[in-house]
Amino acid sequence: MTRQRARVGMIVDPSEVSRLACRDAISFPAFTLLFSMIGFGSLVHQSDLPLLMAVALTAGIWGLPGQLTLVEMHVAGASLFFVVLGVALANARFLPMVVSFMPLMPSRSSNVASRFVLAQMLSINSWAAGLRRFPDITPELRRRYYVLFGVICMGSGVLGTVIGFVTVKLVPHEIALGLIFMNPLFFAVLLAGVTSRSAVTALLVGAPLGLFFHAIAPDLDLLLTGAVGGTLAFLIDRRGRSKAL
Amino acid sequence: MMDRSITLILLTLGGIGATYVWRAVGVIFATKITTDSPVFLWVTVVSYAMLGGLIARMIVMPIGPLVEVSLTVRLLSFATGLACFFLTGKRIFPGVIIGVGLFIALQYFYPQI
Repeated sequence: MTRQRARVGMIVDPSEVSRLACRDAISFPAFTLLFSMIGFGSLVHQSDLPLLMAVALTAGIWGLPGQLTLVEMHVAGASLFFVVLGVALANARFLPMVVSFMPLMPSRSSNVASRFVLAQMLSINSWAAGLRRFPDITPELRRRYYVLFGVICMGSGVLGTVIGFVTVKLVPHEIALGLIFMNPLFFAVLLAGVTSRSAVTALLVGAPLGLFFHAIAPDLDLLLTGAVGGTLAFLIDRRGRSKAL
Repeated sequence: MMDRSITLILLTLGGIGATYVWRAVGVIFATKITTDSPVFLWVTVVSYAMLGGLIARMIVMPIGPLVEVSLTVRLLSFATGLACFFLTGKRIFPGVIIGVGLFIALQYFYPQI
């Protein structure tokens, strides 16, 4: 692991990092998670599954697309094996996301085991927030930012799940659907804010490929989109760079 | 009743395990990669490509309850939300609120589309 040195202008004050993490988490991600998990909680209730399961799925899977896949496939009557496989394929994004995130958060080599715990808290929210904020935070304090941000997000996600489950009769169906719709829209605007050219290229290449692969190979759609779209975007970006030089 | 509980427990643990495997393998791979290597950039763009594909799929060909709502409503609300995000100088709040608000309003007032 290369140890990155603190650059001039990086935040080195721990309490400032804590404040930043809380502010970033509460400003929007925590609310979106609260509301989209309300949508999920009410879906679980309508599917006649228990509250404990809803909470376990939110905290344990921590990725709405996989959670929706699980409930949907189970309700449709798929066998355990295929449901688990479906969830695995719907959540494959966590592999490249963890690989591209952990090296930004260097740790003492004795502390590598804790990364297996930290990885559980990674979601699109914390991934995007980390990628945006980490360049301004000294490497030693990035973990603090990530943990605080992640705990707030997970807490509100679990809270939302419980609220959605318990208040299912109070939330009109149209609004529950709207809350589930909030999730992809929020992801989209969160990612539309990126300015790195390679990221924008990858998003624009990935979107149509995702639909294409979903139509021809629905089970492997995201893996194929990542492998083909990501590599394509990577090559386009390299070409652009060498031309620019 | 007992059988059902066992099925649900296995289902829950299976779903959690199936997701966690990706995270754990990611942690193992990550220890071998430095942030200045081309592999790191590649993995980052692979993530973005998968997220782009996932969002497109969630809107156009959703799994789960969103199938109930027509493609027109989904696309119109999504495009409006995204447009508001850019028109307000990339502010997340107006983009999400207007997009979701339109999505809910269209279901109430124009259930036929």
